[in-house]
Amino acid sequence: MTGQERFDAVIDADEKIEPTDWMPDGYRKTLIRQIAQHAHSEVIGMQPEGNWITRAPTLKRKAILMAKVQDEAGHGLYLYSAAETLGTSRDELVDLLHTGKQKYSSIFNYPTLNWADIGAIGWLVDGAAITNQVALTRTSFGPYSRAMVRICKEESFHQRQGYELLLTLCRGSEEQKAMAQDAVDRWWWPSLMMFGPSDGDSPHTAQSMVWKVKRVTNDDLRQQFVDMTVPQCEYLGLTVPDPDLRWNEERGHYDFGAIDWDEFWNVVKGNGPMNRERMAHKNRAWAEGEWVREAATAHAAKQAARRLEQKSA
Amino acid sequence: MSYDVPQVPGEEELEVAASDTRQWPMWEVFVRQRRGLSHVHAGSLHAPDAESALQNARDVYTRRAEGVSIWVVPSSAITASDPDDVDAMFDPFDEQPYRHATYYEIPDEVGKM
Repeated sequence: MTGQERFDAVIDADEKIEPTDWMPDGYRKTLIRQIAQHAHSEVIGMQPEGNWITRAPTLKRKAILMAKVQDEAGHGLYLYSAAETLGTSRDELVDLLHTGKQKYSSIFNYPTLNWADIGAIGWLVDGAAITNQVALTRTSFGPYSRAMVRICKEESFHQRQGYELLLTLCRGSEEQKAMAQDAVDRWWWPSLMMFGPSDGDSPHTAQSMVWKVKRVTNDDLRQQFVDMTVPQCEYLGLTVPDPDLRWNEERGHYDFGAIDWDEFWNVVKGNGPMNRERMAHKNRAWAEGEWVREAATAHAAKQAARRLEQKSA
Repeated sequence: MSYDVPQVPGEEELEVAASDTRQWPMWEVFVRQRRGLSHVHAGSLHAPDAESALQNARDVYTRRAEGVSIWVVPSSAITASDPDDVDAMFDPFDEQPYRHATYYEIPDEVGKM
């Protein structure tokens, strides 16, 4: 059996490809790119929420938000590790992010303007992420799939805390409810865009589906998300900012309005409200952490030398 | 979170290659979920030394009380079987069903055995 034949057989049998297995170059490249961008998104995703840690309304909300942001860092680490099994290095991947050669999800190029945004991010943004990631637990690359299983478990906390936060606001004063509506108005459409271009405009989807890297198409995932989220929004007593949204009895799904793809591509290309600030902040944090990394390396070397000394004494 | 980040012009030419320069060594992390169970592989991470690896492993892999004990092992210390040798390594056992209890037929009258 050739490498290709063995690879095809594993994919056909719905089994997992592991890092040491033979795989087509395109499969390896696609995965490195996808997993790295997924990792970058987790890391940059800490910024919009980190923005509110010092201004959380209660100590409990602050502790929850810190735990959530810490989870995002952890998710980034799981994913970078998964990408590294494909023969790239952490330094290389981090460098691609810092130099802007690789992208992260455009959703993080929108600002968090009020406290309710923290709720909307947990409920909508993490909700969209879960929809996508649950499908990805069945991806054909073993380390990616295992990272997804781990992440999905933790992501459920993110979504629920966000929904509960909004529910609390919606049961509060008129002003609080208005804050929640404002947040939903601003995050609804960008959340739908998280699933990526429509299937017809997504040139890599077909190959990724054949390789089983991707298991469900962008449009199907988006529909799943809308169907799941609209009733939750109704329970909050908030309005989905889409005049074309209505239940389609025949299809058994919600119909929804057209997505503004010009806005989507504009943000992808770097012109969203926060693109520059996110990158500048990331690069600054990396540069300012240089001495910590150096100190840790120096400390490790010193400890090793001391152990050696003690042994020979 | 997760996403389909679409390609933008110029991005596809990008070559991602290994460049092992100044980064910290990699460690494999094994976590024991509770007493009485074995340590199970949880993942990997980079750290300058074993002590920091343990600290990092605690933060990365046991934030929700997933464990009561952690091992960290330098990834370079692991020797793995070659996936190309799967047939030679593991096939002979497929032909030895008599190593399994279910291979033997015991009449029902004998009772549970």
